[in-house]
Amino acid sequence: MELTGAEIVVRCLQEEQVEYVFGYPGGAVLFIYDELFKQDKVKHVLVRHEQAAVHAADGYARSSDKVGVALVTSGPGLTNAVTGIATAYMDSIPMVVISGQVPTSVIGEDAFQEVDAVGITRPCVKHNFLVKDPKDIAPTIKKAFYLARTGRPGPVLVDIPKDVSNQKAVFEYPAEVSIRSYSTPGKGDSMAIRHAAQMLLEAKRPVVYAGGGVILSHAAPELTALVKLLGFPCTNTLMGLGGYPGTDAQSLGMLGMHGTYEANMAMQHCDVLLAVGARFDDRVIGNIEHFAQVPRKIIHIDIDPSSIAKRVKVDLPIVGDVKLVLSELLDVLRSSKQKPDAVLADWWTQIESWRTRGGRLAYRNSDEIIKPQFVIEKLYEITGGEAIITSDVGQHQMWAAQYYKFDQPRRWINSGGLGTMGFGLPAAMGAQLINPDATVACVTGEGSIQMNIQELSTCKQFRLPIKVIALNNRYLGMVRQWQEFFHGNRYSESYMDALPDFVKLAEAYGHIGMRIDKPSDVEPALREAFARKDGLVFMDFRTDSTENVFPMVPGGKGLSEVILSEDL
Amino acid sequence: MMRHIISLLMANEAGALSRVAGLFSARGYNIESLTVAPTEDPTLSRMTIVTSGSDAVIEQINKQLNKLVDVIAVLDLSEGDHLERELMLIKLKAEGEDREELKRLADIFRGRIIDVSSTSYTVELTGSRAKLDNFIAAISPELILETVRTGASGIGRGDRILKI
Repeated sequence: MELTGAEIVVRCLQEEQVEYVFGYPGGAVLFIYDELFKQDKVKHVLVRHEQAAVHAADGYARSSDKVGVALVTSGPGLTNAVTGIATAYMDSIPMVVISGQVPTSVIGEDAFQEVDAVGITRPCVKHNFLVKDPKDIAPTIKKAFYLARTGRPGPVLVDIPKDVSNQKAVFEYPAEVSIRSYSTPGKGDSMAIRHAAQMLLEAKRPVVYAGGGVILSHAAPELTALVKLLGFPCTNTLMGLGGYPGTDAQSLGMLGMHGTYEANMAMQHCDVLLAVGARFDDRVIGNIEHFAQVPRKIIHIDIDPSSIAKRVKVDLPIVGDVKLVLSELLDVLRSSKQKPDAVLADWWTQIESWRTRGGRLAYRNSDEIIKPQFVIEKLYEITGGEAIITSDVGQHQMWAAQYYKFDQPRRWINSGGLGTMGFGLPAAMGAQLINPDATVACVTGEGSIQMNIQELSTCKQFRLPIKVIALNNRYLGMVRQWQEFFHGNRYSESYMDALPDFVKLAEAYGHIGMRIDKPSDVEPALREAFARKDGLVFMDFRTDSTENVFPMVPGGKGLSEVILSEDL
Repeated sequence: MMRHIISLLMANEAGALSRVAGLFSARGYNIESLTVAPTEDPTLSRMTIVTSGSDAVIEQINKQLNKLVDVIAVLDLSEGDHLERELMLIKLKAEGEDREELKRLADIFRGRIIDVSSTSYTVELTGSRAKLDNFIAAISPELILETVRTGASGIGRGDRILKI
């Protein structure tokens, strides 16, 4: 039977068992919206800005491991979506974005709401397609989902001109995908894995450095088993938090620019480094020449060969799916008669002394003014460490990453690679929809929240009981911190004047707003807010505007060239 | 900074060329030349890229090219024996006694004069980049009216074959 292109699009989404599509209608996607209207299997979430549609699809994917789906119109719909697409691309999030395009007859004529969607998104997608014939829609969407979720995941764009969505073709959803130019690594090289096991067993000062690849590959159980078996210290990247239990004694916490002192010192001084699904990002390793000053053997497991030896030389590369490689590595280690080197105790003694020196993320609390770290600590306590926490970008993001201890994967959702302000609230919407029974909180700042605050309206429409934890310090805090440290206290444009009354603003959108000024009110207010299961609560915490994030490895410095808090 | 000649097979899809070109510009890799045309299998295009970089950069270029969904196979020809040819069309001011001299020069370089007017010759010349450079160097600059070069095409010697 012949169906229109628009019907085919919706049937494809049904075939992929897509539960929610996040989107915004417009001229070029009207036929598709018409078909969405006629069915109820695929639910549509109407956002208030296309960027939020993509972030919501992203939060949905990160908190569930399903492919997120966004639907936007041509021109400005697509350009608004680009920030969201780039965010997903940098963090390797599986996503399919369907965009409308002007009719094929006018492509290239600067038609109304025309933009070269494939061209504009090319550097920030895993792949993209322009569909010019309705019979190609189904195979293309099948490929898009396949590409998005396999290998190193990423966003895939499918651009569909309006006339194509209105022409008819025979619908048949392909059972299989074959793309002759695309293959995905599976298990790793067994010889290399045995070699890695040997290197690990002989290590005197080992560290496991685990990134977002562990989460994406569902390898948290394997990673945890491996670290436990070996008795090694493990540090997680910002993207990898929850890949190894943050409350475990072998966890060194996060590493990098705002990582713990012990994690960074252990990275710098280890003799064998096992990197798992991580990419030696500049915010993680700091100055690579400084990092290379200490000789160490690096084993790097990653599904993407181009992540290996990109920034640092690697002694033993293992290309493969992190979960499969770790499983095989575990088998080899379990069957080995050799046990990890006894001198590991000395290494742990050294690490403990770094923990003490670093102060275990201590900060000086106050009875007068709310410290942002205190809010996160209380948030952790009150949610029992079980909440899904989304965040925006800035100081609050770093404090959330430092003070909320994630014991499980897919609970910490933030824009790590691109650092997109405005990510947190829409990401929380996606996470709440796919995890309806979970407690979802968005840790944000008064700067970031205003970059997608219109989504409070979406939250109202879909009754999403998200708790917004705004750490309001009246500054673009991370900018202010850099200006204090590196720009002679010249706070150029980092002060936020004329802030809205967030309580009234939340109320205007139909939510509950709370303003918290005193440290003694933090805990009761959080308890009250989280007791409300039925609605969104916007919590405006007036925090210390001078607080800085420590430790800090300044940009371009080495991991051991760290600034510690003066409060220690 | 070593010069490398990289050959690749890719799907003959709209936009495939821009994906490769975009990759080079986005990641700051050098392109000295880039040639592309369909193969005997019309669903495939063969591209030859001449680039330069440190070993680490060339390794990344190879990996990044392989990562592109449209790219089917990548071969760094300069890692082994290979042949390299470039075509040049060069229009020369050919008047008076220069006419005989330019014809002789074209013969020495095994070029062919493929167009003649009362004041100019157009010479077709094929060879390595160095040979084409040498030909240009052998002619007074004021006699060169126009040059068109294709950039290098490369192929492995003997059994070195890039085919699927």
